[in-house]
Order: sequence, then structure tokens, then C-alpha cells
Amino acid sequence: MSRSPLRDLLVGLFVLAGLGAIAYLSISVGGLSYGGPGGLTIYAVFDQTGGLKPRAPVVISGVKVGQVASITLDENFRARAALDLDKSLRLPTDTSASIVTSGILGDRYVSLQLGGDEQVLQNGDEIAFTESAVILERLIGKLIHNSGVEK
Amino acid sequence: MIALVQEIGWQTIRFVDHLGRLGVFAAQIGRAIVRPPYRLRVLIRATFDIGVLSLIIICVCGTAVGMVLSLQGYNTLVRFGAEESLGAVVGLSLVRELGPVLTALLTTGRAGSATAAEIGTMVATEQLDGLRMMSVDPIDLVVTPKTLAMILAMPLLSALFIVFGLLGGYVVGVGLMGIDGGTYLSSLQAAVGFQDDIAGSLLKALVFGVLVGLIATYRGYTAAPTSEGVSAATTSTVVVASVSVLIFDYVITALWGV
Repeated sequence: MSRSPLRDLLVGLFVLAGLGAIAYLSISVGGLSYGGPGGLTIYAVFDQTGGLKPRAPVVISGVKVGQVASITLDENFRARAALDLDKSLRLPTDTSASIVTSGILGDRYVSLQLGGDEQVLQNGDEIAFTESAVILERLIGKLIHNSGVEK
Repeated sequence: MIALVQEIGWQTIRFVDHLGRLGVFAAQIGRAIVRPPYRLRVLIRATFDIGVLSLIIICVCGTAVGMVLSLQGYNTLVRFGAEESLGAVVGLSLVRELGPVLTALLTTGRAGSATAAEIGTMVATEQLDGLRMMSVDPIDLVVTPKTLAMILAMPLLSALFIVFGLLGGYVVGVGLMGIDGGTYLSSLQAAVGFQDDIAGSLLKALVFGVLVGLIATYRGYTAAPTSEGVSAATTSTVVVASVSVLIFDYVITALWGV
């Protein structure tokens, strides 16, 4: 078996192109690492996540600043979501988190509203003010129930 | 009636016999991979035959599949006013199913059959016996590089297939159907995750590479030393490899949910 420069070059190109495709799929499409610096983990406890999923975006004023890392049950049986946020963010301690929906039936995401406190949230802190997801079916149920009572 | 039961019994014995021989064959290849000599030059040659020469068909088919997925997806989604999810539909179908499976089927037809025919011809013309006489193990020199090249090339080809598919989907969705390009990409990125989808897709491609590589070389290696034997080996490589790829695809999806 003799060396063949052209063949070796083509095989090398093929391997590099394949690895490039895997890297593109993993990083850009798969979001292997969130396309921005993470590293600040803040917890938020909700009564009702309403179908919030890990990897859902966390936004401030509609701009993505991080993602939901995991959702677990805490000791009081409430949902505890770990939010992986941009390390450089300086969030006041009275920041509030709410679960909102894009469109009527769209995906759930977490929206942060900043407060005015001078102290900032540190890594591992918990957000004190949260607003749970609105469940459309429950709202409709209440509406029907209430209008039934009034009659 | 007894003849029928006998036939069933005989077929079962033959199947188990093949399975056992395939296991021994795989173990021999595994030993040849870890034990020197490492035949890097032969491996590069085999990667050229299997990987590089399959590139064009993989890229063309990937683009075509992505384009038709996009077209079909758009026509269905637009009825529900959900054409923004087109990126998710094209992306998830390609990454989870079509990428690895179609790549495996195309590579079986393009490279698996050629591998079986090549090794089968070597058997028929007693080249492998010649190697043995020079105390060169044909498993080490002929079979292992081809199997290894198939295992290495399959995930790479599958990833390229998916990327070209996404590109084809983009061209049809954005260029032809007039969906916003950013919407397509963001819906694609939101739906496809690394652990759930990409890692599973690569795992599938790797398993398919092992399957196709093993079956093609085994069928060629055990071919009857006649021209009919070579043609039978080639045919059965394509049939057996395609069927087992589809069966394993179901098993992997059921077990790991990818």
C-alpha cells in the first residue's frame, strides 16, 4: 500500500467535514452549551409550572439571558426550577420570576422582572417573588363555575 | 406436516448457527482492532472507498429529503396556522429518524454491497487462501479495515446528511414558501436538544455502522467460492443489512427514546 497524497487529502477532508457537521449539530442546533456565558445558577420556586420544560429560555424584556437547567420537587412539594443565567447579570434581590406562554398555546418560558434593590442575587440564591403559570383550562373552569353561581 | 415442522426447525438452526458464527467473526475483528499491527494505510484506503465515495449520494439525498420534508410539513402545518414550527418538524424528523436510517440504507447499497462483492471475489479467486499461505491473517488485513471504516464513516455521513437536509429544508421553507429565516432556525434550535436528540442520533449511526460493516464483511467472507456465491452474498448483504437496520432502529428508539 503506497501513499497517495490526493486520496489521503480527500479522506482527511471527509473526516473534517463530518466532524464539522457533528460539531455544528451539537453546538449550534443542539445547544450543547447555551450560546452565551452561563454559570450563574438562581433558583425559583413555583406553585405550578404548567408544562415548563428544561432548556426553556429565560428572558428579561424578551431578550434571552439563560435557560431552565432542571425542574425538581422541593420538600414542600412545590416545583423548584434551577435557572442557568449569564454570569455577568447583576439581578437585584427583589427580582421576580413568572412563567409565561408565547401565544395562547405556545411554549412556556420564564420571564424575569427586575426590582430596585441595591443588593444583587448571588450564585445559588433563590428568587423570592414568583408568579406561577396560568392554566387555561382552570381559568375556563372558574369562569363557567362563577357564571353558574350568579344565576 | 412433519416436513413443515422440520423445515421450521432447520431454518431456526441455520439462523442461530449464522448468529453464532457472526459473533465469533465479530470477536475476531475486535481482537484485530486492538492488537498490532495497526494497518492505518489500509484503513485510510477503506475510508476513502466507503466514506468519500459515498459523499455525493449522501449530500444529494440529504438535500432532497430535507426539501420534501419541508414541503410536506409546510402543507400540513399551514392548515393549523403553525407553519412557524416547520424548523422543528424538519429538524426532529431528520435528526432522530431519517438521518441515521437513510444514511445506513444508502451506505448499505453504495458501500456495503461493494464490500461484500470485493471480499467475496477474493474468496472465489482464492486470494484469501494465498494470504493465509503467507501467514497473513485475512481478517486482519482485509476484513477489519473495511469494518472499522464503515463504523467510523457512518456517524460522519449521517451528520452530513442531516446538515444537508436542514439546508434543503431551509431553502424550500424560506426561499419557496416564504417563512421567515429566523423563525425556521429558532424553532429548529428550540426543538432539537443535544442529549435527547443529537447524541441519540450519533448512537444510532454508530450502531448501524457496526451492523452494516459486520454483515457486509461476514457475507463476503463466507461467500461460496463461485460467481453465484458472490452475487448471493451481495444480495443478502443488502437485504439483511437493511432489515436489521430498521429492526435495530425500532429497538433503539423503544429502549432509549431517541
